[in-house]
Amino acid sequence: MESKTNHVMSEAIIVDKLSKKYVLGTLQRDTMLRERLISLLRAPFRKRSDAANTLWALRDVSFRVSKGEVVGIIGRNGAGKSTLLKILSKITYPSSGQVRVQGRVASLLEVGTGFHEELTGRENIYLNGSILGMKGWEVEAKLESIVKFAGVERFVDTPIKRYSSGMRLRLGFAVAAHLDPDLLIVDEVLAVGDAGFQRKCLDTMEGLRSGGRTVLFVSHNMAAVENLCSRCIWIEAGQLKMDGSPRDVIEAYMATFAAAQETMADLRSVQNRRGTGEIRYTGIEYLARSGELLTTVRSGDSFVMRFHYHAEKPVPFPSFGLRIYTELGTLVSDTSTWHHALDIPLVPAGDGYVDLDIDLLNLLPGRYYLSLWITGASSPVHDNIEHCAQLQVELANVYSSGRALDSRSGIVFFPQRWNLAGVGGELAPSEGQETRSDAQFPGKRA
Amino acid sequence: MNYEWISEFWHFRELLYFLAWRDVKVRYKQAALGAAWAIIQPLFTMIIFTLFFGRLAGVPSDGIPYPLFSFCALVPWTYFSSTLSQAGNSLVSNAPLVTKVYFPRALLPAASVLGGLVDFLIGSVFLIMMMIYYRVKPGWSLLLAPFFVLLMVLLAFSISMLLAAMNVRYRDVKYALPFIIQIWLFITPIIYPVTFLPAKLKHFLALNPMAGIIEGFRACLLSTHMDWGLVRVSIAVTLTLFIAGAIYFRATERTFADIV
Repeated sequence: MESKTNHVMSEAIIVDKLSKKYVLGTLQRDTMLRERLISLLRAPFRKRSDAANTLWALRDVSFRVSKGEVVGIIGRNGAGKSTLLKILSKITYPSSGQVRVQGRVASLLEVGTGFHEELTGRENIYLNGSILGMKGWEVEAKLESIVKFAGVERFVDTPIKRYSSGMRLRLGFAVAAHLDPDLLIVDEVLAVGDAGFQRKCLDTMEGLRSGGRTVLFVSHNMAAVENLCSRCIWIEAGQLKMDGSPRDVIEAYMATFAAAQETMADLRSVQNRRGTGEIRYTGIEYLARSGELLTTVRSGDSFVMRFHYHAEKPVPFPSFGLRIYTELGTLVSDTSTWHHALDIPLVPAGDGYVDLDIDLLNLLPGRYYLSLWITGASSPVHDNIEHCAQLQVELANVYSSGRALDSRSGIVFFPQRWNLAGVGGELAPSEGQETRSDAQFPGKRA
Repeated sequence: MNYEWISEFWHFRELLYFLAWRDVKVRYKQAALGAAWAIIQPLFTMIIFTLFFGRLAGVPSDGIPYPLFSFCALVPWTYFSSTLSQAGNSLVSNAPLVTKVYFPRALLPAASVLGGLVDFLIGSVFLIMMMIYYRVKPGWSLLLAPFFVLLMVLLAFSISMLLAAMNVRYRDVKYALPFIIQIWLFITPIIYPVTFLPAKLKHFLALNPMAGIIEGFRACLLSTHMDWGLVRVSIAVTLTLFIAGAIYFRATERTFADIV
């Protein structure tokens, strides 16, 4: 380790060559004495932690955060972001390396930690406040303000099991917002709750920032990171990949998604499928209308999905179909040649393809999954493959406003226009007092 | 076990209070009979013991009416046994807290140990009522009773630290605990007085710290013979268990959040 004598601390956080190792065996939930005894009997002299079972959640991470900085931490799921926050919050301990944190730390890895269903709102404020490190008199002094902030005045003395999930979130965040720490550590809190709640969270962090507090927060909301942070750290596979201005880091990070985007999938080797197999999908391609393979698919794009198939023998009246699901498994759309009343009397044996020409992809950014199916005339299933391909939809300026929509804005957008004629008064962008989406449905009547 | 550990524990004393308060509040909030359960459990056990051991088996009771004799032991025993099963699971049942917030982990078993005292107090009030009913007047030794209560709390905390920490890694503890408590009941002088045992067995009995605590508690309240030899061994065993529990807990607490 480096010298520990340097106590000049304008730094709020010093992380030095931090590593965290998990031995996978011990991650199992139900650790039983029996297993330990059995393995001891089988191989009494073997060391239990062999390298194959070791997972480095963090490896050699070093950085410093000065007082007053607001640092966003980004990275894919499982990259080690949460482990880093847990170590900084003293919840878990590093395998090697050092961490030093100065000042009063409030760490919010979850909203409403320790809430108990049976207790009332008021009781939970006391409990949660003291769990997060507030003193009793502090909670008492801030109680009214917390209740007001959460907007639960009428329900303070109701057990929170009667609260809606939104109320619960607001209450949890209200307590956290009153912590008044020197250093606030926040994990993906913005991923939950409705737009109003997220607005409140962002405002609170904005307030902390202008109050000169140090904030460290993990988020997948790139817009929030860019808006709030003075600096951004990107963690990839347990290592610090990039540290710099939010704009640069986010751009570099997003670029890796485009590279990883699969615009082609080979389906020949997929085992997990149902059906007679008389005719089967062999591949998918995402193509521009001009015919070349796409590198990315963006909201609002026009493009072609090409489904390749192979027929073992001539197949009468097949229907080709596609289902699109969100990442959480919600069915967005099921479409097929049958829905369009396209009857194909006979598909000859051999290879071929069908194209789905999409005029305007009105999906918001996010990851979607495709399931494909082919049925026959008397509706036997010939082929059915669940979640066999991904569709990664990237950000786009769909409303031509310069304000990008992301996955938190929902699943779909639609051609639209706001009309402000009824507002009256002076309106800032005075061109026509009307906004419209850039997206045009071909065949839309003028 | 060092100074820092203890001072941090002290720093978080308010959270300890809130956690204990939560345990107590939640325990009674949904139970229709509420705090009455603190009496029902030892009371019915006492009735069964009186019928089977006092009446049918004719177990002696140091000249004290058998119901009072057994109830006086059942109040601390009920505290001890229910605290062990609560505190033994405290780290596991509070896993969301352990993995999301930092605080001295020993607060969780400590909160169960403190929370149980509410039941103990309610049971003690009932015990006093029984003493009045049986016209048993305590002597000066009554002043020593708080000492035995303290020793009992310390013992419960020591064993709770051991069990709770072990339970994080080996869920066997959860299954073994009810069984251990059941056996422990019989090797503790609750049903019978220490004088009931042959001298040889008494030495082994002394290794069970609950023996000295319960005998001492009974001697304080019911003015039976105080066996100081037994009490001394109990104090020594309790302190040893406390040090062992604290060392084991401290050695393992850093891994709790990773494996719970």
